[in-house]
Amino acid sequence: MSGRQPVLTMTAISKSFPGVRALDGVDFRLFPGEVHALMGENGAGKSTLIKVLTGVYAHDAGDIELAGQQVSFTGPMQAAAAGVSTVYQEVNLCANLSVAENIFIGREPRTLAAIRWGEMRRRARDLLARLDLHIDVTQLLGTYSLAVQQMVAIARAIDIQARVLILDEPTSSLDATEVEQLFRIMRQLRDEGIAIIFVTHFLDQVYGIADRITVLRNGRLVGEYPTAELPQLALVEKMIGKELDVLESLDEQSKRDLAALEASTPFLQAEELGRKGSVAPFSLTIHAGEVVGLAGLLGSGRTEVARLLFGADRADHGRTAVDGKPASLRNPIAAIGHDIAFCSENRRTEGLVGELSVRENIILAMQAARGWLRPVPRRRQDELVDKYVKALSIRPADPEIPVRNLSGGNQQKVLLARWLITEPRLLILDEPTRGIDVGAKAEIQKLVVQLSDGGMAVLFISAELEEVLRLSHKIVVMRDRQLVTELANDHTVDADRVMQTIASGTHHEGPEA
Amino acid sequence: MSNSKARWDAVTAHSLFWPAVALVALLVANTIYRPGFLSVEMKDGHLYGSLVDILRLAAPLILVGLGMTLVIATGGIDLSVGSMCAISGAIACLHISQQPDQNALSGVLVALALGIGLSLLLGAWNGALVSIIGIQPIIATLILMVAGRGLAQLITEGQIITINSEPYKSVGVGYLLTLPLAIFIAAGVALLVAAVTRRTALGMIIEAVGGNAEASRLAGIRSARITFLVYVISAVCAGIAGFMVTANVSSADGNAAGLWIELDAILAVVIGGTSLAGGRFSLSGTILGALLIQTLTTTVYAMNISPQTSLLFKAVVVIIVCLVQAPAFRARFARRRPAAPAAPTAADQSKEQVPA
Repeated sequence: MSGRQPVLTMTAISKSFPGVRALDGVDFRLFPGEVHALMGENGAGKSTLIKVLTGVYAHDAGDIELAGQQVSFTGPMQAAAAGVSTVYQEVNLCANLSVAENIFIGREPRTLAAIRWGEMRRRARDLLARLDLHIDVTQLLGTYSLAVQQMVAIARAIDIQARVLILDEPTSSLDATEVEQLFRIMRQLRDEGIAIIFVTHFLDQVYGIADRITVLRNGRLVGEYPTAELPQLALVEKMIGKELDVLESLDEQSKRDLAALEASTPFLQAEELGRKGSVAPFSLTIHAGEVVGLAGLLGSGRTEVARLLFGADRADHGRTAVDGKPASLRNPIAAIGHDIAFCSENRRTEGLVGELSVRENIILAMQAARGWLRPVPRRRQDELVDKYVKALSIRPADPEIPVRNLSGGNQQKVLLARWLITEPRLLILDEPTRGIDVGAKAEIQKLVVQLSDGGMAVLFISAELEEVLRLSHKIVVMRDRQLVTELANDHTVDADRVMQTIASGTHHEGPEA
Repeated sequence: MSNSKARWDAVTAHSLFWPAVALVALLVANTIYRPGFLSVEMKDGHLYGSLVDILRLAAPLILVGLGMTLVIATGGIDLSVGSMCAISGAIACLHISQQPDQNALSGVLVALALGIGLSLLLGAWNGALVSIIGIQPIIATLILMVAGRGLAQLITEGQIITINSEPYKSVGVGYLLTLPLAIFIAAGVALLVAAVTRRTALGMIIEAVGGNAEASRLAGIRSARITFLVYVISAVCAGIAGFMVTANVSSADGNAAGLWIELDAILAVVIGGTSLAGGRFSLSGTILGALLIQTLTTTVYAMNISPQTSLLFKAVVVIIVCLVQAPAFRARFARRRPAAPAAPTAADQSKEQVPA
């Protein structure tokens, strides 16, 4: 392959947003007839790179060459016209139009005044037949499965004479057979000479289809590797990196005797809990005073586990028990009734009510539990809010300003305060330290240690392995939507071992749910 | 200087500043046109004057607007309030018309109870469609908006029921302590709604549900119950307004009673600073909005603007108020005008554009 000319060369691409250097001198090459995986954790710069390529963003510095020509697209339409087509994770087609209409929308074959429907249907059928998909193109797109919709999106993309096809997490909502179907088409297109950029979080899929891998981390290029020469463990290491710990040194979680902790009746037991299309059935126990860390890459099912335990999503499989007694956690109200609290990773959309004040956001869960007829007395509200604004150093310390005016770290603390005043027995923290500054991060980590010392059970989810290792008594590793293994966090466990598990998985795959 | 400027900025930034300015401007315009406009005189122990009339005539709109405010705050909308007015007015008038003595207080009280009871039922119907079945509010309440007119027609058997009942009539045109009774009723309901929402946690929970439904669900709020409740409150408010509307004319007309009041009510809510997207709501803003709309209507009559152009006139004023209220529009308007030599800030510029 090295003897051939790349179809696409991006050289020294840089792109900054206010306060963030999203891409820093990144190089990227793509050859005709290859599937090239673009890998990296959240915020590594994958989507920025793709958006620079397709003209959604203008880059600050660097060159893009497509088939030997210097290009700089002003938008996805222009990029598509030049042969660079993108299929996004969320199928961005219209479910209420027919399959044929979706493929040809905006460029319908037409006579002077009218659309030539027959011609359009025939061409749509031919195009899909090329992908070995034989469906009725006059049916509404929404009547087909997500996999078929994804194929239709691809058919639309390649009909625009694509030379470069970008698939941005196309598999995240597909099941195993659908993924295989997609891969067959990707191989076919590759053999026809189309260059495919494949973005995914599923490691197995990368090794199943990609010819080469480019890894980004924190906006920089880590390297470009032939898939065969990059073992999974090395890939994970390159993605996560051994970042220097800039946090003030926090005493290692006092490694209390895990056996003693776990001798008691577990606070929460989940047995074969699962939800189709979300996470494969898993079993998990959490004891009072125990911090359970949930490690895994983005999309590995970390958040899904948390949502099932809180009842944010309804499990369609398995049982749960609280204090050894069967308890149904079918919705958040039921979970809250069992003293479980959940801080979502999406603070803005699933956590806070932006226009309500800091005070109102803090008392929201407590008030919800009491019902609207029994308001928390104002004096009690002020006491509680004052106490937690001080204890968590929420800035600015004015509880009456709208919470949306606070920085990310302070919003996170408000969300924490909301649950802490309800005195939960299990606190589920999903990425509580993401996107917040170092100081706030250290404060939240300290808080987790204090809370567990005080007897609270904590389920701690983080993309940062160091953090999980430092805080957890027990580490549960997720991979490709399955719980792979559970490790007691003793001296034998270090980042390498957890990474190895994330990369390879030591778990035998059960039958597909 | 800078201190008073800061205070002035705070005043203009208040969500009710521009509607209040518009209301004052309208009153001033009326006074210029007809110098006696503001005068209020005492006759037979009753106060008379345009201002009293505006308050009295605005009462039904205020009532409907209060309920509408809560519905809109949850992110919903209630189009059926006009039909509710007609239905509750019709059932009350029907009951009174069947009494041997239409002036008997007991008969009138039963009539009012019947109207409120039916409103509760219909509000529960709306609430169930939206919160339990999950139909979009605009569609769910459209059902009763259309079918409700038919229901009112059924109650009146297609006729206009005319009654001759002093106690009932007083709901619309009676006096208490020199002022129209309707003003007291509207004020009483407003205080009650304010107490129910702000003395309990209902108001905050409504705002949470309307502001971010998913976050509210994850905080353990039973949002279905809250949604159900606001439609019931809205229906009862509309039912009481229906008594006033029919009492004003001592007759129940299934077709005309409360016609298009839902649109005026929505307008009053929006002018009052409550977003149609839900979230924060302002009851006092809605009351101000209703007063503004009623003043506008009175102005149109008082100035003898021809019926053909009166709706257009109303529309123009409403558009101006809504635009001036929008921060985005004000900022844009301020930018359009180049800074004065002394280079005052954009904010300085914008507040000199006093509208209307």
